[in-house]
Amino acid sequence: MTAPAAPGSPPGLLRRIFDSDLWYSFTRSWITMGSGICVLLLVVGALGAPVLAPHDTFDPATLKLMDAFTPPVWVEGGNPTYLIGTDNQGRDMLSTIMFGMRISLLVGFAAVLFSLVLGVGLGLVAGYLGGTIDALIMRVADIKLAFPAILIALLVDGVSRAALPRDMHDQLALYVVVFAIGVSNWVSYARTVRGTVMVERGKDYVQAARVIGIHPAVIMVRHVLPNVMGPVLVIATLGLALAILTEATLSFLGVGVPPTQPSLGTLIRNGNDYLFSGEWWIAIFPGLTLVVLALSVNLLGDWLRDALNPKLR
Amino acid sequence: MIAFILRRLMQAVVVMLTVALISFALFNFAGDPINNMVGQDVSLADRERLREALGLNQPFWVQFGIFLQNALQGDFGLSYRLGRPVEDLIVERLPATLELSLTAAALAVFIGIPLGVYTGLYRDTWLSRVFLTASLAGVSLPTFLIGILLILIFSVELNVLPSFGRGETVEIGWWTTGFATWSGIKALILPSITLCLFQLTLIMRLVRAEMMEVLRTDYIKFARARGLPDRKVHFGHALKNTLVPVITVIGLQFGSIVAFAIITETVFQWPGMGLLFIQAVNFVDIPILAAYLVLIALFFVVINLVVDLLYYFVDPRLRVDRTAAGGEATP
Amino acid sequence: MPNHLLEVDRLKVVFPTRRGTLVAVDDVSFHIDQGEVLGVVGESGAGKSLTGAAIIGLLEPPGRIAGGEIRLDGRRIDNLPYSQLRRIRGKEIGAVFQDPLTSLNPLYTIGKQLTETIETHTDMTPTKARERAVQLLKDVGIPAAEKRIESYPHQFSGGMRQRVVIALALCANPRIVIADEPTTALDVSIQAQIIALLKRLCQEHGTAVMLVTHDMGVIAETADRVAVMYAGRVAEIGPVRDVIKHPKHPYTIGLMGAIPAIGHGTERLTQIEGAMPRLTDIPRGCAFNPRCPKVFDRCRSERPDLLATETSLASCWLYDDQRAPAREAAHV
Repeated sequence: MTAPAAPGSPPGLLRRIFDSDLWYSFTRSWITMGSGICVLLLVVGALGAPVLAPHDTFDPATLKLMDAFTPPVWVEGGNPTYLIGTDNQGRDMLSTIMFGMRISLLVGFAAVLFSLVLGVGLGLVAGYLGGTIDALIMRVADIKLAFPAILIALLVDGVSRAALPRDMHDQLALYVVVFAIGVSNWVSYARTVRGTVMVERGKDYVQAARVIGIHPAVIMVRHVLPNVMGPVLVIATLGLALAILTEATLSFLGVGVPPTQPSLGTLIRNGNDYLFSGEWWIAIFPGLTLVVLALSVNLLGDWLRDALNPKLR
Repeated sequence: MIAFILRRLMQAVVVMLTVALISFALFNFAGDPINNMVGQDVSLADRERLREALGLNQPFWVQFGIFLQNALQGDFGLSYRLGRPVEDLIVERLPATLELSLTAAALAVFIGIPLGVYTGLYRDTWLSRVFLTASLAGVSLPTFLIGILLILIFSVELNVLPSFGRGETVEIGWWTTGFATWSGIKALILPSITLCLFQLTLIMRLVRAEMMEVLRTDYIKFARARGLPDRKVHFGHALKNTLVPVITVIGLQFGSIVAFAIITETVFQWPGMGLLFIQAVNFVDIPILAAYLVLIALFFVVINLVVDLLYYFVDPRLRVDRTAAGGEATP
Repeated sequence: MPNHLLEVDRLKVVFPTRRGTLVAVDDVSFHIDQGEVLGVVGESGAGKSLTGAAIIGLLEPPGRIAGGEIRLDGRRIDNLPYSQLRRIRGKEIGAVFQDPLTSLNPLYTIGKQLTETIETHTDMTPTKARERAVQLLKDVGIPAAEKRIESYPHQFSGGMRQRVVIALALCANPRIVIADEPTTALDVSIQAQIIALLKRLCQEHGTAVMLVTHDMGVIAETADRVAVMYAGRVAEIGPVRDVIKHPKHPYTIGLMGAIPAIGHGTERLTQIEGAMPRLTDIPRGCAFNPRCPKVFDRCRSERPDLLATETSLASCWLYDDQRAPAREAAHV
C-alpha cells in the first residue's frame, strides 16, 4: 500500500475512502451494494422529479380524466404514454410516485434530523449533568419508549388537530407530521449518547482538560461527539426507514401529510379504494416503491451497524 | 420484594396521573367544550348556565379532580360524534381488539422465538439466511401494506378469506367472541397475520442477536469447556440468559401490538378500539381521544409492571437486596 | 520414547483475515507428563492462550488449527469429531479461565452448575452428584459448602468464584487442567491462595496442569517446567529452575533481567528494546532478531528449531553446533 496523500486533499480523501474497512465491507456484499444503488436511484428520481418526471402532475392543465384508470403498458388497454398506468384522475403513476417520494423523503429526513438533534442534545445534557436532570430525562425516555412511535405520532397529530383551527392545521400539517415522527424517535439517540458521555466523563483526559480550564461544552463536542458518531449514524439510518414508514402509515390512515401534497402513503390510501375493482396498480406501485426504499435503507443500516461494530468482526 | 412492588406501583400512579392531566388538558384547551356540545343557536345565558351546571367555571384543579373522579368510575362523558357514553363505546369494542391482539401476539411469540434461536445457533445455514432476508422484508413492509397485499391475494384474487369485519360473533356476557364460529376464525386469519408479522420479525431478530451475544460470553465457553452437551449449553445456559432482555421486549411489544391494531383495524375494517380511535382523531372527538389515551396508558403501565415482576423471577441478581450483597462480598 | 500424557506437535493456529492469513501459533511443540505442571509464559499476543484453547478445541472462529497434532495418551484429539471431543472436555481435560466473574452462568446456582457437569461425565444419581458437589466445594475451601451450594455466582467474591471455577474444572477428575491466566483478574492478595489451591489439588489427584500466565513469579513457584513463548513460537522450554537461573535464549535472558529479585536490590533492571512484532509483520528468520542483542546474519534468514543447550531447549542459532549460516551443508 502506498502512503496516503496529505489528509484533506481530495485524491487523498478518495483513496482513504476506497482503502477503508468500511468501503471494503461495502463491496464485499452484493446485497449492500444493490441497496446502495437502489437508494441512490430513488433519491435521484425523487429530487429530480420536476425535471425527470414524464408528466407534471401538479399542473391541472395536463390532467386528462379520459385517461383515468389506464393500466400499465404490458396489460391490455395500456398506453405507452403512461408506463405504469394512471390513477383515478388520469395522473401518470410514475410521475405521482416520483413526486410522492419527494414528500416521503423530505418528511423522513426532516424527522430524523429533528429527533437526532433532540436526542443527541438531551443525551449530552443527561450524561454530563447527571443527577436529577439525568434521572428526569431518562424517566421520560423510559415512558416514551413504552409507547410505540406510531401511537405517539397519532396522538400528537390528534392533539394538534384539536388545538389548531382547521385551515391552520392543513397549512402546518407537514410540520406537524415531522414533529410527531421526530418526537417519537429521539430516545435511542439520547440513550446511546448518554451512555458514551458517562463513560468518557470519568476518563482522565476529561478531568485533565477540566483542570486546565477547558469549558465542558468544548470537551463534549471535541471528545465525546466523535465517539458517538458511529452508533448515531446507524440509528439515524435505521431511523430514516422507520420515519418513512411511519409517515406512510400516518398518511395512509388519513392523518399524515395534507392531500394537496401526496406522499407515497397518500397514494397507497388512494389506490386502496380501487383494489377490489381490479385497478391494482394504483396501490401496488407506490407500495412497491415504498418497500424498496425502506428495505434498501434498512439493509444499508444493517450493514453499517455490522461494519462499525468491532465485536461482530 | 414488597418494597420493589410498592416503588413500581408509585411510579405507575405518577405516570397515570400525568396521562390523565394531559387528556384533561385536551378537553380544556382544545377549543371550548360548550361549543363542542351545543349548537350555534343556543343563547349566551344558556351557555353560561350549562357551564355552571357542568362545573366548567370552577378553578382548573377542582375541575381536574372531578375529571379524575369520573375517570376512576369509567365516566369519560359523551362522544361528540356519536352522542353516546364513551365507556359504552369502548366496552363494545374492547373484545374485538383484544382477541385480535392476543392472537397476533401468540403467533409472534411462538413463531418468533424458535426462529430466533435457530438463526442464532446456526448462523451460516442457507435456511438461516432465508429467514433473515425474509425478516428484513418484514421490517421494511409497513403493516398497512401487508394487509393490502394479503387482501389482494386471498380476498380479491383467490377469494378464500374475508377482507373485512369479524364474521359471526357469539356473545358471552358483555364479551363478544369470534373464536366460537368458523366464520369468526376465518375473519381473524388475515388481520392477525398482518398484525403479527412485524412483531414476529422483531422478536426473531432480537432473540437471534441476544443468542449470538450470549454465545460469545465466557460462561458459555466455560460450559463447553466442561463438556456439557450442546443441548444443555444452547437451551439451558444460553436461552435462559437470552430470555431476560427478550421478556422486556415482548412485554413492550404487546403494547405495541395494541397500538398497531389501529392500522390493522383500519385496513380490515375490524370493529375494534383502534378504528374507533382513528375516527375520533379524524373528527376531533375529544372524549374518545382522552379515554383512549388513559386506557392505553393504563394498559402499558400494567404490562410494564408484569414485565418487571417477570424479570425479578428470571434474574436472581435482582432478588438480593443491597445490604445482603454487600455483606457477602468478603470471602 | 515413553508416552507423554499430552503431546503438542508442531501446532499451527491461523486466523484468516482480509489482509491475509495471520499465523498466531506457529510450529509449537511441547509435552506434559502425568502430574506435571508446565508453565507457559509470554507477553500478551504471544499465542499462549490460543494454544490452550486449541488443545480443548475451543478456538473462536475464524481461528482454526492449520497444522500439527495434539495427542492425549498417544491418541490424536485435534481432529476428533465434535461429539467425541466434547466427551474429553471436562472429563479428561479440565479448564480454568481468566475471569471468574464471567466464567459462571449468572442465572444458575453454583450447585446446579456443579451437578450438571458431574452428571454429564459420570453415572451418578442426582443425590450422589450433589454430595460430590458439596465435597468439591469443601475441597476448594468454600466455607459452609452445604449452604452455599444454593447460592448464585453474584453472591460470591471474585476469589471465591475462582475457587468454584476450579471445583468445576476438577468435577470429573480430569487428567490435565488447562489454567488460562487463572489469577490475572484477581486481587494480588488472593492470587497466591488460588495458585496454592490449584497446585495442592492437582498434586493430590495427580492431575497435570498447563498453567498459562504472564507472571514469571507464579511460574517459579508452581511449575516443574516452563515454556517461554514469543510471537507465536516457543523460544525456550526446560526445567523451571534452569530456565530462570540460566536462561539460554536471548529473549528469556532479557525477560529474566526485567524481573526484580528480592535480595538483589542494587542490581539495575534491564529491559528489552522494542516491542513484540505484530502478527501481521513477523520478521523473516528468528522472530526475535530485530530486538536481539546477539543477532547475526543467519538469524535474519533462517528460522531456528528448538536446539538442545546444556539445560534446556532454545530456538536460537547460538546453540547450533555449526554457527555458520550453511546449515544444510552441515546436516546432510
